[in-house]
Amino acid sequence: MVVNKNKSSKPVIEIKEMHKWFGNFHVLKNISLGVNQGERIVICGPSGSGKSTLIRCINRLEVHQQGDIIVNNVELTGDLKNLEAIRSDVGMVFQSFNLFPHLTVLENCTLAPIWVKKLPKKEAEELAMELLTRVKIPEQALKYPGQLSGGQQQRVAIARSLCMQPKIMLFDEPTSALDPEMIKEVLDTMIELAETGMTMLVVTHEMGFAKKVADSVIFMDEGEIIEQNDPKNFFNNPKNDRTKLFLSQILNH
Amino acid sequence: MSEKTYKPGNYPDLPPPPGTVGVYGWIRQNLFSSISNSLLTIISVVLLYYLIDGIIGWFFLDAVFDADSKIACRKIDDGACWAVITRRVGQFVYGFYPEAERWRIDITFLTMFIAFAPLLYPDIPKRKWLLYFSVFYPFFAFVLIMGGYFGLQKIEYSLFGGFMLTVILGVCGIVCSLPLGILLALGRQSNLTVVRTLSVCFIEFMRGVPLITLLFVASSMLNYFLPPGTNFSILVRVIIMFTFFSAAYIAEVIRGGIQAIPKGQYEAADALGMNYWQKTRFITLPQALKISIPGIVNTFIGLYKDTTLVVVIGLLDPLGIGRAALADTKWNGLSTETYLFVALFFFVSCFAMSRYSLWLENKLNTDKK
Repeated sequence: MVVNKNKSSKPVIEIKEMHKWFGNFHVLKNISLGVNQGERIVICGPSGSGKSTLIRCINRLEVHQQGDIIVNNVELTGDLKNLEAIRSDVGMVFQSFNLFPHLTVLENCTLAPIWVKKLPKKEAEELAMELLTRVKIPEQALKYPGQLSGGQQQRVAIARSLCMQPKIMLFDEPTSALDPEMIKEVLDTMIELAETGMTMLVVTHEMGFAKKVADSVIFMDEGEIIEQNDPKNFFNNPKNDRTKLFLSQILNH
Repeated sequence: MSEKTYKPGNYPDLPPPPGTVGVYGWIRQNLFSSISNSLLTIISVVLLYYLIDGIIGWFFLDAVFDADSKIACRKIDDGACWAVITRRVGQFVYGFYPEAERWRIDITFLTMFIAFAPLLYPDIPKRKWLLYFSVFYPFFAFVLIMGGYFGLQKIEYSLFGGFMLTVILGVCGIVCSLPLGILLALGRQSNLTVVRTLSVCFIEFMRGVPLITLLFVASSMLNYFLPPGTNFSILVRVIIMFTFFSAAYIAEVIRGGIQAIPKGQYEAADALGMNYWQKTRFITLPQALKISIPGIVNTFIGLYKDTTLVVVIGLLDPLGIGRAALADTKWNGLSTETYLFVALFFFVSCFAMSRYSLWLENKLNTDKK
């Protein structure tokens, strides 16, 4: 288990009584959640439970209809200025990597720093190489994403997000599209990131990862947070029946 | 046959069986794979032999390249009478542009390649400096062709004709319609209702009307729609119509490209904090244009060939010049030679565009290992 020395009681994300609908479908129901700086939270739950939608609300890829989301003391509203400020502070890693296929790995990493953060090109490239070294693929910098394996692509995607020097990282099922032998390299990268004290929200089914790095595990079902606890108690004595059922299904095979 | 045995994990890479690769393998698999295929191959070769023999005879061996009239041609040999072309090649190329001033067209044409090089080939050396020339080129070409400045004799547009007219119309139409088409495609995808509605109306109207109608409008009515006092020459009006017409098609081709981009690309760009114009410039357009290259070039080739339609409003494109030549009693009846020559010119231009687009597609393909 990675001991978290960076955890503080300073909240960076506050979600208060938040609701979201897709048309008439009530996907997120009365979500309240606080995340402190440096905290690592793993969100799990059956498919369709709204866990991806929840973290996509935090950088407003999805728009919530009711309640408040406050990120870094800025409330998420339709105001574009606020939105761009929040998005450059919140990094996101997707299930399907979403690298830009027409740009090299290095260009993928420097595009947003240069144009959004207005970093000089040389500085952006140095930063990108530093982060590509951290995810252990500096030698691939001049290749195109289509020439890399899935695991390598996902590590580039992590480096690309880190190049914006975000305060919070969101992971939306980062290992679900990967072959088993590549899952480990991505999880190792994420564990290393956790060790640096990054605030992380991770939607995943990798329970080993949750046990190792999470400060808190959230179980969601049908748009509600059913249970939240530290990993030890969450896995050893879950309180809710649905949590028990879910854990028995994913752990016993 | 006895298989050699290897320990597990030690099986070597063996060469493929003989006769499946290389020239011999290709011929065997593609031309003589079965009895019927072999028969077809042999029949085709025989047919090709007679066809090519006849074509070469008519085109070159029995052809007459210089004579005073069709009758004089026929007295010499019975192949093609290219004299109708060689005697009038000046008209085919320059129309009725004054002979003493034709060097201006030559220079404009040759420098056009320098102006296009940095746009078409991004890896060209000294590209930045050449791009300055590309920006300056339209003014340079305009002054040189039209005259009236710097002591150059002013030439009336009514003297323009031939391949020169085709190239002017085609190049102006292509160069102007691509940016307009991109803007229309983006407009059609816009969240702003007014912009979207205007784009849709423009595209649907331009696509829904035959080009000939638009050309008649250009020749007779367009000045009514323009602010009073403006009076564009017929050439400019025709270029505007060609531009609008093909921009509408290009917009639809590019819209297809935009819609083929996975949603995740926009989400990734959003998550990095990019705004609309940054997303459009760095994510949407590079990918959409790459996907659309075949469709865009298809539209360009169509536009280039459609320039021959200007003959209906009295401009002398190569076909018009050809008809004038055929109307001459000396050359009466040589339509095969005349139209083949014009066709050859169009084929060479269009084939070049087609090859360039293949090269570009290949260059932009980033998936190759």
